[in-house]
Amino acid sequence: MTSNYNFAFLDENTKRMLRRALLKAVAIPGYQVPFGSREMPLPYGWGTGGIQLTAALLGPDDVLKVIDQGADDTTNAVNIRRFFARVAGVTTTERTTEASVIQTRHRIPETPLREDQILVFQVPEPEPLRTLEPREAETRTLHALADYGLMHVKLYEDIAQYGHIATSYDYPVLVDGRFLTSPSPIPKFDNPKLDHSPALMLFGAGREKRLYAIPPYTRVESLAFEDHPFEIQRWEHQCELCGADESYLDEVVVDDLGSRMFVCSDTDYCGQRRAEQAA
Amino acid sequence: MYVAVKGGEQAITRSLQLLAEARRGDLATPELTLDQIRQQLRLGVARVMQEGSLYDEDLAAMAIRQAAGDMLEAIFLLRAYRTTLPRFGYTQPLDTNAMRVHRRVSGTFKDVPGGQVLGPTYDYTQRLLEFESAAQGDPVEAAEPLPDTMPRVLDLLDAEALIERIDAGNDPEPVDLTREPLMFPADRATRLQNLARGDEGFLLGMAYSTQRGYAETHPFAGEIRMGEVDVLICPEELGFTIEIGSITLTECQMINQFHGGNGLPPQFTRGYGLCMGEGERKAMSMALVDRTLRCDELGEPSYAPAQNHEFVLSHSDSVEASGFVQHLKLPHYVDFQAELSLLRTLSAQHAQRTKDEESATQETSS
Repeated sequence: MTSNYNFAFLDENTKRMLRRALLKAVAIPGYQVPFGSREMPLPYGWGTGGIQLTAALLGPDDVLKVIDQGADDTTNAVNIRRFFARVAGVTTTERTTEASVIQTRHRIPETPLREDQILVFQVPEPEPLRTLEPREAETRTLHALADYGLMHVKLYEDIAQYGHIATSYDYPVLVDGRFLTSPSPIPKFDNPKLDHSPALMLFGAGREKRLYAIPPYTRVESLAFEDHPFEIQRWEHQCELCGADESYLDEVVVDDLGSRMFVCSDTDYCGQRRAEQAA
Repeated sequence: MYVAVKGGEQAITRSLQLLAEARRGDLATPELTLDQIRQQLRLGVARVMQEGSLYDEDLAAMAIRQAAGDMLEAIFLLRAYRTTLPRFGYTQPLDTNAMRVHRRVSGTFKDVPGGQVLGPTYDYTQRLLEFESAAQGDPVEAAEPLPDTMPRVLDLLDAEALIERIDAGNDPEPVDLTREPLMFPADRATRLQNLARGDEGFLLGMAYSTQRGYAETHPFAGEIRMGEVDVLICPEELGFTIEIGSITLTECQMINQFHGGNGLPPQFTRGYGLCMGEGERKAMSMALVDRTLRCDELGEPSYAPAQNHEFVLSHSDSVEASGFVQHLKLPHYVDFQAELSLLRTLSAQHAQRTKDEESATQETSS
C-alpha cells in the first residue's frame, strides 16, 4: 500500500460528498443523483464512476472483488483490483461468496448475493432515454413527469419491425414502479437478478457525473408488454468446462476453422463448480 | 483444449515494462530534464497546465515527459493528480487590466493607447524549418520600456456606449465545475469555466464552424493580450488580501456585431476567452464559442452545433472524450454475445419468411 495518497485515493471530504449522494440515491431508488465526479487515475469510460463509489465505500476490513464481463482476470478488472490493493491495501478476492464489495462491469455474478454484500456497477451512460433524446434538460423533465412514452414506443416499434424487442443488453427497467433506469450494459439475462435483490446495488457513472441505487428488496421490472413478455437469453449449449446449463455463456472461437465452444462468463462460478465436481 | 483465459496480471506487468523501455528510448541519449521541457517546450507546458486545470510548470513538464509528449495523456495525468489536492480557498478575481503585458494586439484600431506590441509570436515567422539551432545571441531589448499597465481597447468603445456593458457586480457566485457537476441550463460563468478546460482542437473546430456559416457572429479581435497577472487571496484568518504569486495569462476579447433583439438596442457585443500561459489560438477560439453560446440570451436564432449548449459543453473535455472513445477497446464480449444471439434469431426468422414468400409465389404461379 502506497502512503503518498489518502486511504482509497480520494480525500475524506470527497468521500463524504459521495456518501451523501449515495444516501440520497438509496432514498430515491432509480433516481440519477448528480455528483461532483472527480478525475481519477484511470480513464473515463473505464470504470471511474464505480471506482469512486468503491473508494467511498471501502473500509480497511472490506474484501474486494472486481469483475469485467464476469471474469476476475480480464485486464481492466485486474487493473482496478491492483489500484485498490495499492491505494487502500484492502484484501482482494476472486470468490463471490468471500467479497463484501464487488465492483462489476457488464455482469451480475451467477452466485446469489447476500444482504451483507454491495454490488457496484460501472455505468457508461446512466440515462436510459439518451439515445432517444440527447438533451439532458429534456430527459430530466421526462423523469420528473414519469413520462416514459418514448421508451414504450421504441420497444413497440421493435416488435412491429422485427417481431421482438431488439434490445439484448442495457435493457431498461422500472425501479420501484417509478424511475426508468439503465441497469448498465449487463445482458438482459441478468435483469431478473436485480429484482428484490438482498444485496444493495449501486451504480456510478463518472464521466456523466451521476450515481443511482437499487436498495435491497426493491421491485425492479424489465419493461415489456402483456402480449410480449420479457424473456432472457437461452443457449442450446451447456458450459463445456463445468456443464452448467443455467449460466450466461461466452462463445469462444477455438481454431482457424471457426469452431466454437461455449463456457461460463462468470469465471468464479465456473471454477467453483469444477472444484466441487473434482472433489 | 481450451482453458479459461488467465494471465491478465502478468500481461499488464510486461506491458508496463515495454512502455518504460519505449518511453526512455536509447539509453545512450540523455533523458530530458524538466528544465529543458519547461523552457524549450513552454507552449506545450502551457497547454497541459491550461487543460489540466493546474498552474504548475514543473508538474506539467513531468507529465509531458511521462506521457512521451502525448499532450492529452499529459493533461490526464495532471488532472488525476489534481484530484488529490485539497482546495484551500479561492483567489480574488484576477485583474487583467493590471497585466504586465508581453504582447497586446488589436485588430479593430490601427493604433491604441499603449501601442500594438507583437511580443514573442509565431505570427510573422516564415515557417521555414531552421536547420541550425535556435538563436543564441544577446537578449532583445525593447526600444522603450512597456508601460506597467495598458488600457483595454474595449473600454474605448465602452466610453461611447457602443458596446454592451458587463457589470461584474451583478454576477452570481460562480459554480466550481471541478467540484460540482455541470447542469443545464448553464450560466455564462459556468460555460466559460467549461470552455477554459476544454480541448483546444475541439474549440478550434467549433469556432471555425461559426466562421463558415454555422451560426454567424461577425467577430473582430478587439484585443488580445498576454502577460503576467498577480494572484491575490484573502485568507479568512487574516482578513486582508495577500499576493501569492503571479501567473501568465492570455486573454481575448472579441467584438461582435449585433443588430438588436430581445429588447436590446443595436450595439457591439462581447465574446470572452482566457487561458493560462501563452495560448492565443485557444483564447480566440474560446471567445468565438462563448459569443455563439449567448444566442438565447440575445434572441438570435439557434440552429448550429456551436450554439447548442449541451452539444458544446458536454463534448469539450478531452479527458472525458478520450477515455470514452478509447474504452471501446475494453472487452465487450458479454454484450457482443447478447447481440450475436439476437441477430441469429432475427436472421433465421428473415430466412424463414423469405422462404415462405418464395414458396407462396411459386404456388400462385403454378
